[in-house]
Amino acid sequence: MSVRLRIISAIQQIAVEQQVDLPPLGDDLSLHETGFDSLGFAILVARLEDDLGIDPFTISEDASFPLTIGDFIRAYENVPA
Amino acid sequence: MSPREIFALRDYLDPHLKGRSLSDARQVVQLTEFAGETCLEGRLAGLSGRSVLLAVADQLVSALAMLEIDGVARRMLLCPPDLAAEHISTLVEDAEIDAVVTDRPAQWAASGIDLVVSAQTPMRAASRSRTERATEWLMLTSGTSGVPKIVGHTLEGLSGAIVADGPARGASPVWATFYDIRRYGGLQIFLRAIIGGGSMVLSEPAEPVADYVARLREKSVTHISGTPSHWRKLLMSGSASDFSPRYVRLSGEIADQAVLDGLSRAFPAASIGHAYASTEAGVGFAVNDGLEGFPADMIGVTRDGVEMKVEDGSLRIRSKRTAHAYVGRQAAALTDAQGFVDTGDMVEQRGDRYHFVGRRGGIINIGGLKAHPEEIEAVINRHAEVRMSRARSRRSPITGAIVVADVILADGDGADRSDVIRDEILAECRASLASHKVPAVIRFVASLDVTAAGKLARHDA
Repeated sequence: MSVRLRIISAIQQIAVEQQVDLPPLGDDLSLHETGFDSLGFAILVARLEDDLGIDPFTISEDASFPLTIGDFIRAYENVPA
Repeated sequence: MSPREIFALRDYLDPHLKGRSLSDARQVVQLTEFAGETCLEGRLAGLSGRSVLLAVADQLVSALAMLEIDGVARRMLLCPPDLAAEHISTLVEDAEIDAVVTDRPAQWAASGIDLVVSAQTPMRAASRSRTERATEWLMLTSGTSGVPKIVGHTLEGLSGAIVADGPARGASPVWATFYDIRRYGGLQIFLRAIIGGGSMVLSEPAEPVADYVARLREKSVTHISGTPSHWRKLLMSGSASDFSPRYVRLSGEIADQAVLDGLSRAFPAASIGHAYASTEAGVGFAVNDGLEGFPADMIGVTRDGVEMKVEDGSLRIRSKRTAHAYVGRQAAALTDAQGFVDTGDMVEQRGDRYHFVGRRGGIINIGGLKAHPEEIEAVINRHAEVRMSRARSRRSPITGAIVVADVILADGDGADRSDVIRDEILAECRASLASHKVPAVIRFVASLDVTAAGKLARHDA
């Protein structure tokens, strides 16, 4: 499964657990519009670190947190695994 | 107080009470005969009025030395077997130690301590010695980092709960504990055995659980204590069958409903109690109704000389069983101005019971919201296929920290069902806990570290 698909799948799993109604996950969707709160993103980042072996937001000290789904996925795709 | 009013441990070695013994995996000592024997090469008189460091590796020899030294020395500092060598010089200075009793005298020859007395078995005959004074008992706290604190007790305070409980029911109790008797929880059991006219079976470091249980069965142990972690380990080992104690006691960690229920299933004939005690606060109380937590009406009243209150969420205890002071040059005050010891154990009232939720210092901060690892573990442990769990903090770039959990399954691996079990655990956590307390990640592990004091290791706490 590609990094993109794994991220989407993790988001969907957490949405079920947190009872969040996800809108369609297009690249331009802002993270705010996903309905996730900071805890939801914290869970997502932790699970992706276990799944993909990377946490792009901790590796780089000056990494700014992404604003959209597309930015979020690129943050993972751009880190050499 | 005239010396005749002071009781020391030796005064409980009734020569008319036959058949009492103290044993480990290697030897058995007849307590009835020990009243006329010495493990100190007959050099007890030299310890009179001194501050004695009891640095004996062997637990059984250590027990015998306590029986001799109590009532003779000014004070006696009990060293647990895992005491780090680097802390000894500080402790010697703080406790004004001027004699050491040890089974390794060569190691102490160059220590600079005035008097080194060798402790060993076999014993030799000695005249029965007399109780001269109330010896101060010094114990060490079991914290994980830095020099342990020295906590001062008297035998009267240490045995307060034992006297209040009265003699153990049934004939000639045989006590055992998973604890080392140089720690508060273990010492309580040793004192119960000695003061209550019983016998005792000691644990051995690194002895496999199955071997220990075989000894417990062989010696017909009737009363036994340990931490919930000790008990979970025993339940996991599968060696509990054929062992049928009359009394099973838990202390030292939070006894959750899952471990209480597990023990009632494993020992249907036993009375199961969980006690609240700490090195500083002494024995607070014991609960014997099979339920976790304790009745709320125990707060605010004085029972058996113990008074409890809850302030800023933590349990505070005032009684004659608490330690009287921290000992040492920079020792902090042990009690507040009203004489209450702040246990640092956080409680929460739900209905007519208080429940322990965790240690004050162990709180996980998830983006400003607090969680105690223990309250999360209590929910995870309710799952029928979980034997033991540890919730811990994991750093998060979003919330600073999140909760994750390591879980041991009862049947060993359960790998084929692990996804189902994970979902069931998470569903239970979501139903019972605020969302920030629900573990973000659950990992199944084969084992969890337990400290030398028998408690679940919390490295990140």
